[in-house]
Amino acid sequence: MDITFENVSYIYQQHSPFAHKAIDQLSFHVPSGTFLAIVGHTGSGKSTLIQHLNGLVQPTAGKVKIGDFQLTADKKPKDMKQLRSNVGVVFQYPEHQLFEETVAKDISFGPKNFGVGDSEIQHRVREALQAVGLTEDYLERSPFDLSGGQMRRVAIAGVLATKPSVLVLDEPTAGLDPRGQKEMMNMFYKRHQAEKLTTILVTHSMEDAVTYADHVLILNKGRKYMEGKPEEVFVQKEALQKVQLDTPEVVTFLDRWNDKFNTDFRFTRQSERELALAIAAVIKGGKRS
Amino acid sequence: MNNAMVIGQYVPGNSLVHRLDPRTKITIIFIFVFIVFLANNIGSYTILTIFALSSMLTSRVPLKFVLKGLMPVWFLIIFTFILHLIITKEGTVVFEVFAFQVYSGGLIQGFAISMRFFLLILVTSLLTLTTTPIEITDAIESILQPLKKVRFPVHELALMMSISLRFIPTLLQETEKISKAQASRGVDFRTGKIKDRIQAVVPLLVPLFVSAFKRAEELAMAMEARGYQGGEGRTKLRELKLSKLDVWIYLLFVIVIIGLLITRN
Repeated sequence: MDITFENVSYIYQQHSPFAHKAIDQLSFHVPSGTFLAIVGHTGSGKSTLIQHLNGLVQPTAGKVKIGDFQLTADKKPKDMKQLRSNVGVVFQYPEHQLFEETVAKDISFGPKNFGVGDSEIQHRVREALQAVGLTEDYLERSPFDLSGGQMRRVAIAGVLATKPSVLVLDEPTAGLDPRGQKEMMNMFYKRHQAEKLTTILVTHSMEDAVTYADHVLILNKGRKYMEGKPEEVFVQKEALQKVQLDTPEVVTFLDRWNDKFNTDFRFTRQSERELALAIAAVIKGGKRS
Repeated sequence: MNNAMVIGQYVPGNSLVHRLDPRTKITIIFIFVFIVFLANNIGSYTILTIFALSSMLTSRVPLKFVLKGLMPVWFLIIFTFILHLIITKEGTVVFEVFAFQVYSGGLIQGFAISMRFFLLILVTSLLTLTTTPIEITDAIESILQPLKKVRFPVHELALMMSISLRFIPTLLQETEKISKAQASRGVDFRTGKIKDRIQAVVPLLVPLFVSAFKRAEELAMAMEARGYQGGEGRTKLRELKLSKLDVWIYLLFVIVIIGLLITRN
């Protein structure tokens, strides 16, 4: 589904002494099938932004379009459930939303609410559990007996089982061990490609953004600060540092390498392997490209 | 999350009312709550109303915000007013609505009682609007100090109060977060049959309790790690001190009380 923001603003506790502008005149467009990374410093409005995507909040000004659904200050879609079954949101620390007696019941909670048939639910639960890397032994266990990482996986499976066409991820790997982080992100990416999802990833990690995203949106104080392809955005070191962001490690490395060896490698989102090969060619051949 | 909930919501400021010692505010309001019931004619009500409204104005809390906070109690005020109109049958008949005779006595009674309600709520919400919860508990601890002699656990009570007050916003935030997460999974808290709506609360309450217990345990551990051992020999970061301002306000309040006693019949 295409996602469009037109001059969207959102003010918390409007008309009170606590009024606080979280999003300020934000406009952008995400075509269907895009992997968008939203990056920004703490308090830049990322989390507020994603709550617009499934109608948890309505913009105080402007218009949000998600596929055929429209949200404005005074209008919201009649069928909110329909919108929410299309847009799956994995919130920060999603393990806090677990509540059922067994893992199986918790995963099937979403699909059940959206009116999916029983046999289909059974199928989806198994599929989702497998996707997040847990075996079927977990199905009948209580989610509260699991470790933090496993709880996170179950919670994510609960969102995946609703089969959304837009998947919103709010720092889904925060607090996981490095290996778990990588597995999780690879899983999301595989699903993104296989099911032609529109994925929106909110992250602090420049590495994740540069590895997976086709499009990057950088927010600062509720406003759009930069937008574009990762290879365009992430090379602008000075601009990024102004909003307390760093360039991804690869870019930093290439910069230093270029300085030291007087080469001119351009960042084109090379994989580690491609980069290694290119550098090896320089070292072995001794030529300066 | 709930914009209408003013009770317990502090509005930062540096007005005269904000700067008063919280003990002064609590004592005055405590007495005020009683003397409201002494008022029994226009003169005495006027004095109390002027006192309440002028404190509200000096506090510089936006009036619109205060009235919005009174929303939930408007219903109660109007309800008692109407109840008195219908039930009290004293004085002369003023007018008639739908075969109900409205007596002058009922009109006066109803007005007086609603005025009492209004004043009570205005003044008590003024306390919470201009005093941080932590100041309130400090003040209560200090006021209850004499009870220590009879082994009343004053410090523990104050600690319990400040911890629960401290966690109200946290729990509200948590509630909002979880209800949003469950709403994303298709729970509908707002529409549907009553039975469905009651059931919709389970996915909200279970995680809320789980995290509250977890948080309590972590807090206890953190307190112990920092050497907490109860109130014995504990010093305060913020000492409460009565200033000249407090003395003046007490004097003013005594004048109000005297005025009230004179005007009432």
